[in-house]
Amino acid sequence: MSEKNAIQELQPSSEEHINFNDIILRAEKITKIFPGTVALENVTFNVYKGKVNVLIGENGAGKSTLMKILAGVEQPTDGRVLLDEHEILLHSPLDAAKLGIGIIYQELNLCSNLSVVDNIFLAREVVQKGWIDKKDQVKKAVEMIQRLEQKIDPNALVSELRIGQQQIIEIAKALIQDVRILIMDEPTSALSAAEVEILFRVIRELKAQGVSIIYISHKLEELLQIGDVITVLRDGRKVAEEDASKVSVSWLIEKMVGRNPAALFTRKERKLGKVLLKVENLTAPRLGGGFVLDHVSFELREGEILGFYGLMGAGRSDLVDCLAGMYLQSSGKVWLDGVPVISKTISERIDHGFVLVPEDRQRYGLVQSLSVMDNMLLASLKKYIKRVFLNRKIEKTATEQQVKDLSIRVAGIHQPITALSGGNQQKVVVAKGLLTKPKVLLLDEPTRGIDVGAKSEIFELMNRLASQNYGVIFVSSELKEILAMSDRIIVMSKGAITGEFSHKEATEEKLVTASAFGHSPSNGGNNHGSGK
Amino acid sequence: MDQENKKITRNITKTDIQQFLLRGRAFIALILVFIVFSAMSPQFLSTGNLVIMSKHVAINALLAIGMTFVILTGGIDLSVGSIVGMTAMIAGGLINEGIILPQLGVIVYPHTWMIIIISLMVGTLMGAISGVVITRFNVAPFIATLGMLYVARGIAGLRNNGYTFPNLIGRPEFGNTGFPILGAGNFLGINYSIWLMIALTIIAYIITTRLPFGRHVYAVGGNERAAELSGVRISRTKILVYSISGFCSALVGLIIASQLVAAHPATGESFELNAIAAVVLGGTSLAGGRGSMGGTLIGAFVIGVLGDGLVMMGVSSFWQKVIKGAVIVLAVIIDQVQARMQERIALQRQQIIK
Repeated sequence: MSEKNAIQELQPSSEEHINFNDIILRAEKITKIFPGTVALENVTFNVYKGKVNVLIGENGAGKSTLMKILAGVEQPTDGRVLLDEHEILLHSPLDAAKLGIGIIYQELNLCSNLSVVDNIFLAREVVQKGWIDKKDQVKKAVEMIQRLEQKIDPNALVSELRIGQQQIIEIAKALIQDVRILIMDEPTSALSAAEVEILFRVIRELKAQGVSIIYISHKLEELLQIGDVITVLRDGRKVAEEDASKVSVSWLIEKMVGRNPAALFTRKERKLGKVLLKVENLTAPRLGGGFVLDHVSFELREGEILGFYGLMGAGRSDLVDCLAGMYLQSSGKVWLDGVPVISKTISERIDHGFVLVPEDRQRYGLVQSLSVMDNMLLASLKKYIKRVFLNRKIEKTATEQQVKDLSIRVAGIHQPITALSGGNQQKVVVAKGLLTKPKVLLLDEPTRGIDVGAKSEIFELMNRLASQNYGVIFVSSELKEILAMSDRIIVMSKGAITGEFSHKEATEEKLVTASAFGHSPSNGGNNHGSGK
Repeated sequence: MDQENKKITRNITKTDIQQFLLRGRAFIALILVFIVFSAMSPQFLSTGNLVIMSKHVAINALLAIGMTFVILTGGIDLSVGSIVGMTAMIAGGLINEGIILPQLGVIVYPHTWMIIIISLMVGTLMGAISGVVITRFNVAPFIATLGMLYVARGIAGLRNNGYTFPNLIGRPEFGNTGFPILGAGNFLGINYSIWLMIALTIIAYIITTRLPFGRHVYAVGGNERAAELSGVRISRTKILVYSISGFCSALVGLIIASQLVAAHPATGESFELNAIAAVVLGGTSLAGGRGSMGGTLIGAFVIGVLGDGLVMMGVSSFWQKVIKGAVIVLAVIIDQVQARMQERIALQRQQIIK
């Protein structure tokens, strides 16, 4: 208690100093285990009444999981949730809604086949004698849209709206209920600067009405602008809770990252070989105009780790997908080892020597119903055939060799893949690729959602593969990782290459500047909208 | 502390037993069905009855084997019953009417072996067409094979204006005799159809476990996108599984026509439902990616024995349907319970490891 008072004394001038007794919602010692990962470990999160409670952390730190628990979408493996000091059980989003907890999800959760009004009132329709009171719904929807200073036809289909507008509808949907606690999971990710201002105004209004807000975002400056209390998660654990007025951006980064990533991943100097891959004017049209890939040309040498950096939707993933054979409509020339690559299908590209480790491990990398071994061998089954049949012995030897080489931690190769941790699952995906005997490795966000130890193992592996003369293309959104690992970094924006830097030249600032090329802050929202 | 440990071990063994029972449920159900019926009806376990039952089971099992391939990829084939009828009519027509070549003014009567091969090819082709429609034109398997259900049944009727081809014994002067042997013939005292069921189950088992194609089938059903990115040719795999299903249907059509020594256009009506039921009872997930041929065979036996046993006991056909339906749904409920339990156990283990 004395310590808490001491903190308050340190802040005598602060208007909105934090009253530590004014906790409305408290998630106590929450642990959540998913198959393969521990998402949250003994996390206690306090939500203060009438404040903007900011929750930050890196990708995979467990923010979204914690929010899903508070919203009743997920149930904690261990721990409890207290509302006004009473324990509450949240079995479904409906339970949470009844208690006045609303949530705006990171991903848009709208039914695109329904109108704006129908979406806003979904599952809480205004009913008169069993019939939906359409007039009243429209009236309330219009009021809400006006409050958000938007011009959106309430009867328009959600699918006709651009992404920024859909985000606004998502916010309206949450506000239409009388919420005491409102969770906002990255609400500004698709909003333009002007729309963000409106949202902030609404947030301040809500605060004045006594609504408690939980706010999640990656935009650190924004957090400091709107936040009152800041809680930092790292690798599923809470590392700090602090008054927003006392912290700086650098403090946030330090707490979030908790280490100097450059020290963890050391790049080895290598001699680069001859040109392995040459790409010229690779172009892929976007549905509804524009380009996914806009005349992309580059070279990759043997033993080189070539980093690709860019914002979401900059075309990095599309580039590696295209090289792996996923875009049939693409044009442009590709040479591998001086030989033109004309094949289009994925299996032909694999035969050529391209292999992709896809961005979304669960959706694109693994077959969840198969064992570790079956997953690992899936791309190279031809190699284990003796006469007509697959030979168990050869299969087993190949698998065990990879398990050893990549130090994959498994109880047995016949274990279901889902029993492995995220990092080990990722290594299985990499092993699957390596077994096809590739020349060019396309790694799309290989470190997403895996713990630090596994990350450094993946980087060590990249180093090793590069020194074995593989060409490695490394797509990442993590600035520190890409700066530490790449021999050369290419920055993309809106499908085109907007910068190229050698390991020595590259700095965070240069990369960020190049990645924002073509995105002016004032029309950011519009760009996102037209992009879809 | 020690006591606690003991408790945990005992709990785990208990869940292990539960798991064992749940996994082997189809087999246990089969044994139960046998015990109940043999207790209630003395003739049930007689050799004669067992052979007759196996013959009934064989028909459904052959269809269910083809269906298992399709369902493992996450698809469904509703057209199998119609293809049974259609191939029966084609075989019957070839035997009784031959191939009329109007330009030459002659009628060609193919040899019995040719007739069998042609019929099997037609069935396979019908399956392949469904596969092409599904992959090439992106039609949902349910719809594509529903369409095929009507088309094939229609062709079966058109072949002889809805009439039966009777007396499929062929004529010695045309060299097309011997067709009924397929249905009536024995080897070591066991009907050919039963041998075919055994042979096809073994072949299908080997395909699913030992050939790259089998692995591809599971991968496509488990995660199509991941399989595609691993270089699996999705379209080819899918077209092949529907072709296999068509082949199995054609085989059943031939067996039935041969057993009856006649081809009726309504042969095989609603057979697809029995086949799907057998596959599901055998533990194959309709979502794809999980299941086995052995399970399907047991599933087919449960359905067949249940049906025949109820008939022997004189249960009305309406009650038979009610019981069959309940058993199928119950099987899937148990399937879900097992899946949930397995997940929970996996999570508990992980927590302990952590």
